[in-house]
Parts: sequence; structure tokens; C-alpha cells
Amino acid sequence: MSLLDRMLAVDRRWIFLLVAAAVTVPLFLELEQKIEVTQESRGVADALRALPAGSRVIMACDYDPGTAAEVQPMAITFLKYCLSHQLRVIIMGLWPQGPMQADLALRDALRDPAVAALNPQYGVDYVNLGFQSGNEVVIQRMGSDIPAVFPRDSRGRPIGEFPIMENVRNFGAVAYVFNISAGYPGTVEWIQFAGDRFHAPVGSGTTAVSAPLYYTYFPRQVTGVLGGMKGAAEFEALTGFPGKGSRFMLSQSFAHVVVILFIVLGNIAFFLSRRRKRRAEGAA
Amino acid sequence: MVPLFLTAFVGTIFVIQFFVPHRPFSSMQGLLTDWVQIIVAFAIWLGALNLMRVSAESVSKREKGWPYAVIIIASFLLMAVIGFFFSGGTRFQDPGTPFDWMYQNVYNPLSATMFAMLAFYVASASYRAFRARNREATLLLLAGFLVMLGRVPVGDQITAFLPDGYRLSNLADLIMNIPNKAGQRAIMIGIALGIVSTSLRLILGIERSHLGGEA
Repeated sequence: MSLLDRMLAVDRRWIFLLVAAAVTVPLFLELEQKIEVTQESRGVADALRALPAGSRVIMACDYDPGTAAEVQPMAITFLKYCLSHQLRVIIMGLWPQGPMQADLALRDALRDPAVAALNPQYGVDYVNLGFQSGNEVVIQRMGSDIPAVFPRDSRGRPIGEFPIMENVRNFGAVAYVFNISAGYPGTVEWIQFAGDRFHAPVGSGTTAVSAPLYYTYFPRQVTGVLGGMKGAAEFEALTGFPGKGSRFMLSQSFAHVVVILFIVLGNIAFFLSRRRKRRAEGAA
Repeated sequence: MVPLFLTAFVGTIFVIQFFVPHRPFSSMQGLLTDWVQIIVAFAIWLGALNLMRVSAESVSKREKGWPYAVIIIASFLLMAVIGFFFSGGTRFQDPGTPFDWMYQNVYNPLSATMFAMLAFYVASASYRAFRARNREATLLLLAGFLVMLGRVPVGDQITAFLPDGYRLSNLADLIMNIPNKAGQRAIMIGIALGIVSTSLRLILGIERSHLGGEA
């Protein structure tokens, strides 16, 4: 069997093994990586910096554990930034697992020294309203009556008990909406209803695969977009809260290089086999 | 006739209230969105029950892969029972409850694993299928190549010898901001026009496939 035949018939388990090595080995390396910040990521950070202390922001968590590797670092960093800058966070989700992921992010964020120093209180500085069914209809209803959509928090307590929800009728009481999105319903719906219809400033954190779609709304309809783990790493760099996004960029770099090498090798094998085939046809 | 009338009525109300956010349309919209939420909530239950029905049938008929159906049923019941009866009622999501433990230590890693497997299949598929067979495929390949490298720090490290503004990250930004945005916007406008057209057909009763009739 020639080298070309071997290249064409490579067992995919070798590919899997190399990808696994490319992802895991960098986790044990300490290589410094400079994170270049895109204007889309800068847009989210700039929008947050412009908010005065005490402003209410909505963190809409529309994702599940499947995409958490990419977007959970964004949720953690967003919470760290808001709680350490006295921005009050209203958490909710149009995906059932979203608010639970937010709970996990909160546990991480509350352990950060900058956040812990301010000792944020549930119901005063942050609240988790939980999941609500209805997809984009929920956002539309929130534009006129948030308490009607979320009469209770995720633990079943009436939202009237919480100072953070005082005088919150609609998006007029909210300074910024940050949607963490992994699909439908997600950023597109938040832009269409909260942004375009009710004029709430919307920012997005999303998976790398969704980001190219959401970039089209930047900068007019969305203040910024964090795309994938790179976006998370950029956001961490911009806010000064280094976390998993920055730490795992090395793995992502290696994985991308491995995939590109496979594409190159596959194409070399493809062109060589095509030339061999043409030669054989010419000889015949 | 009743479903057609309901579709036309509700659709018209939603359209009007978008442009006239005043009474009576605003209050009607509130009522209708409440109904939508209730219907969607029931749809979630319907989906869960249907999953159980399909899985139970698969087990009873010993269809191909039926042991997986057993795992689905067992997992569903386990999470439901733990959530409803052993996790403090409405506080089932609190840290330390059995439901929270199951979510963090079983559901979360399993779900992440399913998604993470994509990386392996993408690498394998890119080796076998991502070929520069013609001009369009070559363009796609090159764009993918540049964006993949430009969107990770290693891309700029490879092109560190170039002046700032000409490195791979700048090239990736250029691709994402100009051809990508132009193409995506064109597709989105096309989709939006299609949605408007289909919605009008639904409201006017021309499109009836959602009722089980002929389109």
C-alpha cells in the first residue's frame, strides 16, 4: 500500500486521538497567549461600562449544558463585572436549563474576591426569575408587563418581596439586556422584540457557530457580540476577570491547527489521487 | 372553519397591536400571549409524555436499539421523581439538593460530552470531505481556513512578522464583516420576506397545511 493509499484510508480513530491530544495537552501547558479584541466584543464591554451604578440589567440565559463550555465563561464574567460594579442583575431564561446554568455561574461569580467584598444580596443585587415557556412571546409580553410574565422567582417566591424588582414594569426599567444564546429562542428574538420593538439595548454572547449570524445586527441593533470561547476570552480581558475562556484558548488554538492540518492533508491526498487517476486514464 | 377563523383573528390582532400598542389591542395582546405561554407549557408536557410513549413502544416491540429507550425512560423517571419528591419542592434547584447534584454531576457532563463529540466528527469530516473540488469549494475552504486561524491567538502569532492591521485576525475580521455580513443579510431578508408571505397566507386561510389539510 502506497503512502497515498494510506493517507486516503487513514483510520478515523487516529484522527480522534490527535484531536483529543490537541485539546487536552494544552490544558497542562503554561503558554502566554495575546488575545486580540474584536470590535464586537468591545461593544458589550463598552455598553456595560457606560451604565451607572445601581442600573438594572437582564441576563437572559438561553442555553443548556451542551454549549456551556463556550458560553458559561461569558455568564460568569458578566456576573462578576456587574456585581462588582453595583449593577443589579435580573436573571431569566427561555430555555429550561438556562436559569440553572446561571445559578452555577452565580456560585462562581460570588466567590470572586472583587464580588465577595461587596457581599451582594439575593433579591437586592440579583435575582433569578427562572424559566418561562412561550419563546419570543415572553419577550413581547415583558415589553408591556414583566411581573405578568414572572410573578414569582425561580424558587416560587413572589417578586414583590424583592427590592430589585420594585417599579419594574417593562424594559423601561432595564438599562441593558445581555442575552446568552445557543439557538432558538435566543439573540435574534431578543433583538427583534426587546431591541427593535421596545428599544432596550441588547448585547449578545453566543456560540462560535451562531456568531456570524448575529454579527449582521452589529452595531445598530445589538451593542456587541461575544462569539464562542474566543469572545469569552476577549470579554474576560476587557473586564479584567480572567477565567476559563482565556485559559482554554490554548486548547482551542491547538484544535484549530489540528483540524486545518487535516484539511490540508486531505486535500493533498485528494489532488494526488486525482492526478494518479487522470494519468491512469491517459495511459488507457 | 373555526380553526381558520381563530388563526385569522389571532394573527390579525398580533399584527395590529405591533403597530397600534393601545387599547383594546394591547390588552388583547396580553391575553393572547398568556394563552400562548399556557399552550407552550402544555406542549412541553405533551413532548415529554410523547417521548415516554414512543420509548415504551420501542421497548415493548423490542425494536432496534430498545435498550436505549429503557435508559431514556429510567433517566426521565429518575430525574422527575428526585425533582418532585426528594429535592425540597419549589427549592429543587438550590445548591446541595439531590436534583442539583444530578444536574451538575450527571446531566451537565453528559450533555457537554454530546456536544464536545462534534469536535472529533468535524475533524474527521474535514479530512474526508472538505475538498477544493471546484472554484466555489476552494473559496469556502480558503475563507474557513483564514477564519479558523484568525479567530484564535495562534493565527496572529504565525503572522506576527506582518505589520498590525495585516495579520490573520484582521483578515478574519474582514471576512466576517464584509462578505459574511452581506451574505447573511441577504439570506435573512429573503427568509423574512418568506415568513411574511407564509404568515399572510396563514392569516388569509390560503395555507392550510397546519390544520392537516392540503397546502
